[in-house]
Amino acid sequence: MDTKTLVKDAKQYVVFKAADQEYGADIHKVSIIEKPMNIARVPTTPDYIKGVVNLRGEIIPIMDLRLKFGLPEVPADDDTRIIMFKLNEITLGIIVDAVAEVVSLKESDIESVTSITSDRSLDYIIGIGKADGRLITLLNIEKLIAELLNKD
Amino acid sequence: MDMNQYLDIFVEEAREHLQNLNTSLLELEKDNQNKAVLNEIFRVAHTLKGMSGTMGYTKMQTLTHDMEDVLDALRNDRVKANSNMVDILFKCLDALETYVNTIASTGHEGSEAFQEIIDALANVLKTGGAPAPVQEKKAAKAPETPAEPVVASRLNIELNQYDINVIRKAIDEGMNVFEIHVMFDKGCLLKAARAFIVFQILEKNSEVIKSVPKVEDIEDERFEFDFTVVVITQLTKEFFEREINSVAEISGVEVTPILPENVGMTSEPVVEEAKEEKAAADAGQSAPKPAAKPTAATATEEHKKIQKTGKTVRVDIDRLDILMNLVSELIIIKTRLDESSHGKTDADTESLEYLERITTSLHDAVMKVRMVPVETVFNRFPRMIRDIARELDKEIELHMSGEETELDRTVIDEIGDPLIHILRNSADHGLETREERQRANKPPIGNIYLRAYQDGNNVVIEVEDDGRGINIDKVRKKIIEKGLESAEIVNSFSDKEVVEYLFKPSFSTADKVTDLSGRGVGLDVVKTKIEALGGMTEVETEAGKGSKFIIRLPLTLAIIQALLVKIGDEKYAIPLGAIREIVNIKPAELKMVRNQEVIFLRDMVIPVVRLDRIFSVPGMIPDSEKKHLTCVIVKKGDKQSAFIVDNLIGQQEIVIKSLGKILAGVKFIAGATILGDGNVALIIDVNSLAL
Repeated sequence: MDTKTLVKDAKQYVVFKAADQEYGADIHKVSIIEKPMNIARVPTTPDYIKGVVNLRGEIIPIMDLRLKFGLPEVPADDDTRIIMFKLNEITLGIIVDAVAEVVSLKESDIESVTSITSDRSLDYIIGIGKADGRLITLLNIEKLIAELLNKD
Repeated sequence: MDMNQYLDIFVEEAREHLQNLNTSLLELEKDNQNKAVLNEIFRVAHTLKGMSGTMGYTKMQTLTHDMEDVLDALRNDRVKANSNMVDILFKCLDALETYVNTIASTGHEGSEAFQEIIDALANVLKTGGAPAPVQEKKAAKAPETPAEPVVASRLNIELNQYDINVIRKAIDEGMNVFEIHVMFDKGCLLKAARAFIVFQILEKNSEVIKSVPKVEDIEDERFEFDFTVVVITQLTKEFFEREINSVAEISGVEVTPILPENVGMTSEPVVEEAKEEKAAADAGQSAPKPAAKPTAATATEEHKKIQKTGKTVRVDIDRLDILMNLVSELIIIKTRLDESSHGKTDADTESLEYLERITTSLHDAVMKVRMVPVETVFNRFPRMIRDIARELDKEIELHMSGEETELDRTVIDEIGDPLIHILRNSADHGLETREERQRANKPPIGNIYLRAYQDGNNVVIEVEDDGRGINIDKVRKKIIEKGLESAEIVNSFSDKEVVEYLFKPSFSTADKVTDLSGRGVGLDVVKTKIEALGGMTEVETEAGKGSKFIIRLPLTLAIIQALLVKIGDEKYAIPLGAIREIVNIKPAELKMVRNQEVIFLRDMVIPVVRLDRIFSVPGMIPDSEKKHLTCVIVKKGDKQSAFIVDNLIGQQEIVIKSLGKILAGVKFIAGATILGDGNVALIIDVNSLAL
């Protein structure tokens, strides 16, 4: 994926944390941010799919970002949030340790990916954004969802 | 003859009449000189009096009788109509509703005598309409005495509407109908046995449609020296006279033919006759004294009913449910076929598409059968708003539209409570007091608009008021106050997001908790209930102008009856149609046959399926700690399997919701449903698990 063509002028990204690492995602794909909810476990799904929740009457699958990236799971605390991403009628909720803020990143603020992060998370990264001296791993939500759709 | 079989019909018809009464009283309130409405109310009261009398509900009968007296005086101008009068009549209506509800749940009218209301009615007659304060019901119960004795004289069989209909039908078919009065020797010892013999004769040669005293009482010898029955037969009067007289210790038989004239009119309740002191020796005169008015009343009632029916068929709701379940199962299996994309040829895909079209059409057709106009829910609101308005001392007018819009039967059942809550909210919190409205240059009468309409695939119900709107800043402050979110985040919320908070549990910005609302328990329940129905809620509000609550409900719902079970820590739903039975077995009864756990059930060997293992469910109680294992026996074609669960939660109608595209292919799960508490339960795909 050519990261340079994706990012034009400054775009806004929601920044969130998982295991002391900061991640970002295109704010246009964010539907709503919820506090932890009762998740109904769905059997025979991968471990990083925690289950489904009832969001305003719709059944939404929930993924744990830590587990997806092979990181250890931690119990939810006051900062834990579920970010609901919506893409073309499909909604996916992702559990994160905390939601920090919204940053604006220009194309020039984003570096394309090299083998910085562990293999598992490689495919889902658009690039590394730099803001206020912090490094924010920008996630490719489309890829995440596409992969889930093609699972079986 | 047992009254119980008529209970359902009585309750149904009584409720219809009470609804009629409700509407009429509201009309009367607007114009208390309206004679036509007065007449209508009189007719309804009279019919109810007749119905309750013949069912033996004496208190209800007394109340309606007294109402009748007052109404009669009203329409003949012997008494003046005023708002106090209407109030009393409304209280009567409430009392009657209480009676009917008690009857519906227990079969008896209960012990409430509503003495204050009866006194108030009596007072009205005495004072000619001058308002007399109707005392609020005190906690102490009114003395329990029926106002008038109703003793069905043993020799007069009173015929209620149903008896009359049956008799009419028999006469139409050319059968004979007799009232047979059987008298025993004074010295007869084994009355019950003799009576039994008589009944044998009767039942062999006729159909007994009524008996006074009741058959059970006769069997228990709870009668003096006679009893009376009504029978339908082909045989003659002489035949019965002869046969029954030939039974030992029978002193006499009187057979009276019941003629068409006898059943041309409604029967007057026995109370009237007791009052007139008809001689007890009257040999089985079954024709009641027909009053001209009740005849006209019944005639018009029936005429109205006939007009309503037209081309319809009465269908048992159970049959509809069976049909509904079958269609829903069809949909589930069709969805499964859809989702398994492996190994499908083009021909398969085409067939599946065709199947999809047919299934969808079938589903739509069946759903239409279950559709009911929202009017059935809306019609109690005018009265409710009227009562609330008085309670709050505000002037409120309710404007309803779109009552003919139809919704699925299940949704109709569930939508009432949420709507009541929203309406109360509008009345209590939305609309301002008269003074406040005047200060805001608004008309003193507050308006609430209740609208229902179809919008694409949804039915939309709106509750709009022209009150003070929702104070968004106040809500923001409350959110921060309650510590639900930090100040900066709250300030970054859009107005819409702030308003969402009203629907969260325990959230209320009301300064005081009134009887009606303010406890913060209501709106989140409303939201959950509506979401469980597959719908959604929205609020639009403008400070000073008013608020609008919008409920969107899907028109078509996939609904099935399911059994909710607990497996370990989790709840699952099993479609009822797949369940054959449920058994409890002792853990020791589990046997192994060729490496497969089985149970023996009435000569059948049924393989056991351990759902907790297949689903890796945490918290499943091990066999060793259980006294017995609960097995749900499911069927797959001719074969059966036993699913072991921890607990049965209960049977319930659930709305099938898709798991969504991402989880579409998940094994063993057919879908999900939202439970009453807002949590999700998964629906088990029995077919994929049964062995």
